[in-house]
Amino acid sequence: MIRLVKRPMPSKFWSWTTPLVAVIATMIAGGLLFAILGKNPVEAIRVIFWDPLFGPNADYFRSQLLVKAAPLILIACGLAVGFRAGIWNIGAEGQYIIGAIFGASLALAVYPAESWFLFPAMVVLGAIGGLLWGLIPALLKVVFGTSEILVSLMLVYVAQNLLAYMAFGPLKNPEGYGFPGSRNLQGYPSAFNDELMAGTGVHWGVLAALGAVVAIYVLMQRHIAGFRIRVAGEAPRAARYAGVVPARLIVFCLCLSGALAGMAGLFEVSGPSGQITDSFNVGYGYTAIIVAFLGRLHPVGILLAGLLMALTYIGGDMAQLMLGLPSAAIQVFQGMLLFFLLGFDLLTNYRIRIGGARA
Amino acid sequence: MNRRSFLTSTAATAVVAASGLPARAADPLKVGFIYVGPVGDMGWSYQHDQARLAAQQEYGDRIVTSYIENVPEGPDAERALTQLALQGNQLIFATSFGFMDATVNVAKKFPNVKFEHATGYKQAENLATYDARFYEGRAIQGTIAGRMTKTNKIGYIGSFPIPEVVQGINAVYIHAKKVNPDVEIKVVWAYTWFDPAKEADAAAALIAEGCDFVLQHTDSTAPQAKAQEAGNVFTFGQASDMIAFAPKPRVSSTIDHWDPYYIKRIGEALDGTWKPEATWGGIGTGMVGIGEISDAVPAEVKEEALALKDRIASGEYHPFTGPLKKQDGSEWLAEGATPEDGELAGMNFFVEGVSGELPK
Repeated sequence: MIRLVKRPMPSKFWSWTTPLVAVIATMIAGGLLFAILGKNPVEAIRVIFWDPLFGPNADYFRSQLLVKAAPLILIACGLAVGFRAGIWNIGAEGQYIIGAIFGASLALAVYPAESWFLFPAMVVLGAIGGLLWGLIPALLKVVFGTSEILVSLMLVYVAQNLLAYMAFGPLKNPEGYGFPGSRNLQGYPSAFNDELMAGTGVHWGVLAALGAVVAIYVLMQRHIAGFRIRVAGEAPRAARYAGVVPARLIVFCLCLSGALAGMAGLFEVSGPSGQITDSFNVGYGYTAIIVAFLGRLHPVGILLAGLLMALTYIGGDMAQLMLGLPSAAIQVFQGMLLFFLLGFDLLTNYRIRIGGARA
Repeated sequence: MNRRSFLTSTAATAVVAASGLPARAADPLKVGFIYVGPVGDMGWSYQHDQARLAAQQEYGDRIVTSYIENVPEGPDAERALTQLALQGNQLIFATSFGFMDATVNVAKKFPNVKFEHATGYKQAENLATYDARFYEGRAIQGTIAGRMTKTNKIGYIGSFPIPEVVQGINAVYIHAKKVNPDVEIKVVWAYTWFDPAKEADAAAALIAEGCDFVLQHTDSTAPQAKAQEAGNVFTFGQASDMIAFAPKPRVSSTIDHWDPYYIKRIGEALDGTWKPEATWGGIGTGMVGIGEISDAVPAEVKEEALALKDRIASGEYHPFTGPLKKQDGSEWLAEGATPEDGELAGMNFFVEGVSGELPK
């Protein structure tokens, strides 16, 4: 008989091993899925995980890996702080949209004036936009005790409608023949978040993501605020004795994650995406939640998890192209990753006992 | 030119020719596609993929085709297009309006690759555009709906307030009004090309308002299913024939036929005559097909619709022929006048009689 026994302390070993086990399990189960679809599973796994890094044209794919991973890492770093404190911001997608709208609006308003401080000002506005959107669920929670999970999630839909309104209305390109979508910022030098070195994929958002990893590491490990956040999440009552003011913590966490998500949106709209359109957001805000957990809510883990997630996207496209795998199979594959991670997480908190020693 | 250099150059040519020709015969032309939806959407992307298969059938082992489906519009499209180009595709079709800027960017980076963008308006040395005159099919739908409606209310599920859709709404209304002066058109904006749940909601709302015809500019069959459930409500297949819903609610359809275009352009790429052009084909060139008009339509209405189809196909009649006024009552087209293609392609107003405001 197999029983689960709760561990007195979460296992450090399993906490760091489960992501690896989950990745391997995903490869096995995914390989089975691909085999059922009539593809060679070994080849499929190679195309997804190996070819983008070391296959033909890997230079290009490596640069795209950074482009795809940067917003995920930046957003996930902010979310992880809140998740550690038990504050659940599920609405990063909305904060990402609002950040993009705020920053892009400035550029579109002053177009075509050129100035070196336009881009920095856009970044600041992007952060402010995301911060304000995160502040709404924070204040509602502090004042009325509403659930930040629901409010932040619902605000994503509000943000999406606002985005559609902007793309079809005030921000619509006046030279766009009536088609929806703003001017393309890639054609506006002062506002364009271009690659810093051609062909590397590194734009300001990639540097910001790396900066966030370092900053969040320092905050969580070396700073009293980080200590308070961790205590608040792990032992809320003890935290009060340690001088934690819950209201302040809620506002801090939601504003921080909102600001980082807003910046991610701004870097995206001014760089790789270039344009405010109604379909500008592609789910980075949601995927970042997976990345945060896959990375164990630790900045270094998030860095690796973000790159891994980006790899499944890019490798997934390659698998479609080279092996004719349907995109739904790739999505199932990505879903498996989270599923196995959560499943194996059981091992962190529980021990498996075989044989019934005590009844 | 002295003799020796003549000889060497001929020899060189011969070598190039000798090595080039078999290589060309052995290396098929690689043709890539990106789709915005899944190939199984049974609408827009499905039709593009059917045309890809038709082209593959036509040219057999002279071409190799591959595709990436479900590509979000934006940076992901740019990556997908780059991937296709890096993998050696020499002709690439980007099959959604939202891929426009991404296609322009990638075309710039790969000057030797030929690109084709559907429904856009930006061209380049190696970037052509192609589109279909869907409004021609809408004129026929408007005629049938105007004749058959009992409630005098026609519902229209709009995807996005862009010119292509506005043309469709106007064409339906103008032709319904021609045969039935009491007719009204109601538009619901779904803000999606493919979302069965939203489309079903939009259809239900229109049916609840008393529309007995529900026309869709979105790609799923959800509105067809809603109409079937409701009983005496009729629909038209969109993008694909949607024949599973015939003879009722689906009474006819507008079918996107990209096959003739893809076959023609791939052929031109094969024999080296491909040029960047802007193509806008209609019923006449076979790019817009009218699906079988079912028995639910009275014989004389069917005859009238088919006659209209023939007149549009031959170019004798343009669905936008004056006198026509804009919604605000201002003059648009004088008696007998027709609009230029450029003006039509940017249509951003309703014609007189359409109720509701066009979102700006």
